[in-house]
Order: sequence, then structure tokens, then C-alpha cells
Amino acid sequence: MNLPNIVEIKNLSKSYRRGEQIVPVLNDISFDIPEGEFLALMGPSGSGKSTLLNLIAGIDKPDRGEIRIGGVDITALSESQLADWRAANVGFVFQFYNLIPVLTAFENVELPLLLTRLSGKQRKQHVETALSMMGLSERMHHYPSELSGGEQQRVAIARAVVSDPTILVADEPTGDLDRVAADDILNLLGRLNRELGKTIILVTHDSHAAQSARIIRHLDKGVLDANKVLT
Amino acid sequence: MYLLKLVFRNALRHKLRTGLTLLGIVVAILAFGLLRTVVNAWYAGAESTSAARLITRNAISLVFQLPLTYQERIRKIPGVAGVSHANWFGGVYISAKNFFPQFAIEAPTYLDLYPEYILPEEEKKAFLLDRKGAIIGKKLADQFGWKVGDVVPLRGTIFPGNWSFTIRGIYHGAEQKTDTSQFFFHWYYLNETLKRTIPRRANYVGVYIVGITHPEHAAEVSQEIDNTFKNSLAETLTETEKAFQLSFVEMTEAILVAIQIVSFVIIVIIMAVMANTMAMTARERAAEYATLKALGFAPPFLAKLIFGESLAIAVLGGAVGIACTFPVANAFGNAMGALFKVFYVSWQTVATQLAAALLVGAIAAILPTWRASRVKIADGLRNIG
Repeated sequence: MNLPNIVEIKNLSKSYRRGEQIVPVLNDISFDIPEGEFLALMGPSGSGKSTLLNLIAGIDKPDRGEIRIGGVDITALSESQLADWRAANVGFVFQFYNLIPVLTAFENVELPLLLTRLSGKQRKQHVETALSMMGLSERMHHYPSELSGGEQQRVAIARAVVSDPTILVADEPTGDLDRVAADDILNLLGRLNRELGKTIILVTHDSHAAQSARIIRHLDKGVLDANKVLT
Repeated sequence: MYLLKLVFRNALRHKLRTGLTLLGIVVAILAFGLLRTVVNAWYAGAESTSAARLITRNAISLVFQLPLTYQERIRKIPGVAGVSHANWFGGVYISAKNFFPQFAIEAPTYLDLYPEYILPEEEKKAFLLDRKGAIIGKKLADQFGWKVGDVVPLRGTIFPGNWSFTIRGIYHGAEQKTDTSQFFFHWYYLNETLKRTIPRRANYVGVYIVGITHPEHAAEVSQEIDNTFKNSLAETLTETEKAFQLSFVEMTEAILVAIQIVSFVIIVIIMAVMANTMAMTARERAAEYATLKALGFAPPFLAKLIFGESLAIAVLGGAVGIACTFPVANAFGNAMGALFKVFYVSWQTVATQLAAALLVGAIAAILPTWRASRVKIADGLRNIG
């Protein structure tokens, strides 16, 4: 069964200015990601994979091209519209977890829900569900400094999924973890994709991590190669 | 609620840094309040004046006196409700460092014109009946531990000789700003003594205190008094009691201006310290702000976080500084003795201190907020690790 495309990218280009020099990063990229897909973007350092992820997640703006997520052209949105759009549609998982150190695991996961109309009681239910999915029910009142790297990343994933976003973007989510903790995180992402049908875009330079995805695409010097379907 | 929680936890994240910043604000607000109180104390004489009183003095200088005979002529001028007179005595109690103001007054009329000096009726009666009696203010009594019945010896400087007075009453001020550091005794006792010792100096007064029926006619009554004595041997200068007191303040205006400037410089310095702290804090949290923005929190939320933290530190420091101002000002006032007639922390000073603390907090947050709101999410996220 062919699922509709949740991400549609057309003729996307992005360059950075370094002093007087313009450095092209992405060069006329077009591709689609079907809903419920688990895509790994691989490439060497400086290949533009994180830039592409940032553009898809709406935290950066392209020079040219169109990005449609769930039918919405996010390149046409203003900064404040983009902020609202991100809150409703994107779940972020970062390499260094990016948890707020003065908030407990529970409070960190609750953060995205503060931008919704949910009541305090409803928020509590959502947060507890997300944390229990991540196996962190017993750790929800701990601060990030009291958790291991793997646990912190699981809190970050709980924060990413708690508001039920359209897409989940993960930028080197295992880059700061040992092999066991990394596998744990990759299994979690796989489960979220398989069991909850979450569309996941994973950026990694680790081929082992990329094996968790269903599709791997390589990016090199701003150009995307063909799909490599793993399963 | 969530925002407040985050603000306070952020404020306490670096306890040493926050503690040192707080200490700086406490000291700055305390010093600011103390200096403002010193300035206010300087103006206290003018602030405690009545619009219904005029002061008539010799037009040439206060050093020169006026004939006693002027009193009845002033009394007859339309608009005058009452007239009294006083002489600056300038005596020394044991040592010159024990300075306090002493006045020889025409007691019954003087006390009528100064209802803000609250004196028990029996003490007033005892004072009026005792030619060598004196009344003193509560502050002065506390300073030297004097009580009713004590004899106070004074060495005359302007009026030579050894004088002694028996304290017959201790007056309280009707208001906090009322001067209770003064020493009053009978002008007639002084005058009788002068008649015997230096007759040519007898029957002269230092100033006339003129009570008027309508304060709004002060200028006309003053003019009329001065016109009455125009071309006489001792021409007069009449002005409101406030203008008279301010003429003393003006003599030290340069010092007051310097104190005022220093008080504001202190606030500017702590503002710079606070701004540096907040800038450092915001720079360290660039990745957190980027994360919050990525999650969908808009720049106004970041502004509330940064302003909230800055204001929380500034207001807490300000509150402690204000609280410390009272005992410190009290101790300072006591140490200064009678140098300041009135020395208390006014509510205006407290309001100014609070406003200064708020201003410090608000201004310190402007630049970090501006930077945090402008930082690109992708750039901010790169700051981590």
C-alpha cells in the first residue's frame, strides 16, 4: 500500500556565507518521504545532512525551493507561524539531548504541552504515558544531571513524541552514547515507527545507527543519492 | 506558574554568582538609600517648616540683630496673627563636639507659633514659670540622657559667661520630620543678664517669627513688614520660613550635589555589574534558548524568562537593601548626633530605592533578551557540547 507523502521537497538549495565567501551546502535537492517512513540521512561531516534536517524541521530557511510538510509549504511561513507550526508538527531529538537542566524529566517532557490547550491534568497524563513508554516512570522526578546519557536521551525522545507530532527529527541521537545505550535508543525509535507509525528522519554518520531505518539516503557535497531500501 | 518556577530555578542555578550579584545590589541600594537620606536630612529644616510662618531678620545679615521694639509694630500689620522672637545662643556643652542648636525664645508666643512641638501641659507650665528653665527635644534628651530636672551648664560664645539651665520639659514632634534636637530657654533671662553685663546688646533679637492668618498672602505681608522698616537703622528682610531654612542649605549646596551624583553613580555601577551577569548567563544558555525556540516557544517567552530572572534578583537584592537601610540609617543618625536635625528614611526614599532596583533589573535584561530573541536556532544549537 502506497502511503501519501508527508514530506515533499522540491529544488531545495541552501548556502552559507563565510566572510566574503558563499559556501553552497545543498544543491537543488528534490525528494519525498512517505507518511510513517523511517529514513536515515547519512553523509560525511559537512555534507549538509544536518542542514537538510534543520530545513525540514523548520528551524532554518532555504535560499530556494519548496518544503511541504503534511501539505503545508513551510518556506512561506513567517517566524511566528513557523514557531507555532513546529510546536504542533515536529518532535526534536538532539545529539546532546538539550534538556533544560533545572527542570525534572517530567517538567522537560511537559514543556511542549505548555503550548497546547491541554489542562494541567491532561498534560500530566500525557507526560506520564510518554515517560512510561520510554521506561522512565521511576525516574520522572529526577533532574537531567541525575540521569545517565541513555536515560537523558529517552527523556528527550519522550519530549519529542509527547505532543504527537507529524514528524520526528533526530540529529545524531546516538552520537554521545555508548553502544548499549545507543542500541537502546535506536530500538525505541524503531518501535515508535513500527508501533505508532511515526515518521522519523534520522541524521547520522554511523552506519550501524542507520541500519535501524527502513530507507537510507546518502548526502555528499549537497547532492542526494538514490534511495537504498533496507527492508 | 511554570514560568515562575523556571525563572526562580534559573536564578538559583549559579548560587555563588547570584549570591555575589545580590550582595552587590544590596550594598548599592543600601548606600543609595543612605545617601538619599543624608540629602533629605539636609533639607529637613526646610521640609518641616510651616507656610503660615514668616521669618523677619536684619536685611544686611543674620549676624546683625533687630530692635525689640519692632515686635509691636509687626503685630499691628494686617494679616499678622502673632509674633515671637528668638536668638541663636551658640553655647558649648562641655566640649564643642557636643554641638546642638540652642535658642533663647519668647516662650509663650513661640510655643503658640510652633504647635508641632508637643509638650505636656504641666511641663509647659513649669517651663513658663521658671526664668532659668529650658525645654529640650526628645532626640536631644536621648542623645545626652537628660531628663526633667537635670541642670545643663553651657559656656557662652556669642553671649559670654557660664550659663546653667534646668530642664523643665521634653517635647515630642507632632510629625516624624519635626526637629526634636533643639534646646529652648527664655529670651528674657538672656536679656536681663545682658542688661547687667553688656547693656548695649540688650533689647535686641535675632529673628522675628511672624504667624500669618492667610499663607496665600505671605508675599504681601512680607512686603508690608519690610516696607514698615524701610530707611530705618535696621532694615528687615522677611521671607517664608521655608525660604529662610533653604538659605542655610544653599550654603552647602555643592556638597549636596556631589552626594546626589555619587548616589546615582552607585546605581549606574551596579547596573553595569548586573548587566554583565545577565549577559554572561544568557550567553551560557544560548543552546537552551535555541531548544525552547525549536520546540515552538516564541521570543516573548524568552524575554519573560530573562527579564523575570533579572528582575527577581534585582528586586530581592533591592528588598534586602531597603530592609537594611533602616537600621543602618538609624545607627548613622545616632552616630551623627545633632548634626542632622532629623534623620529618618522617608517613604519617598524607599520608593526611589525600589524604583532603582527595578530599573537595574530591567535595563540589565534588555541586551541579553535582544540577543536571545535574535539568535538563529541552528546557530544556538551548535553552542552545545
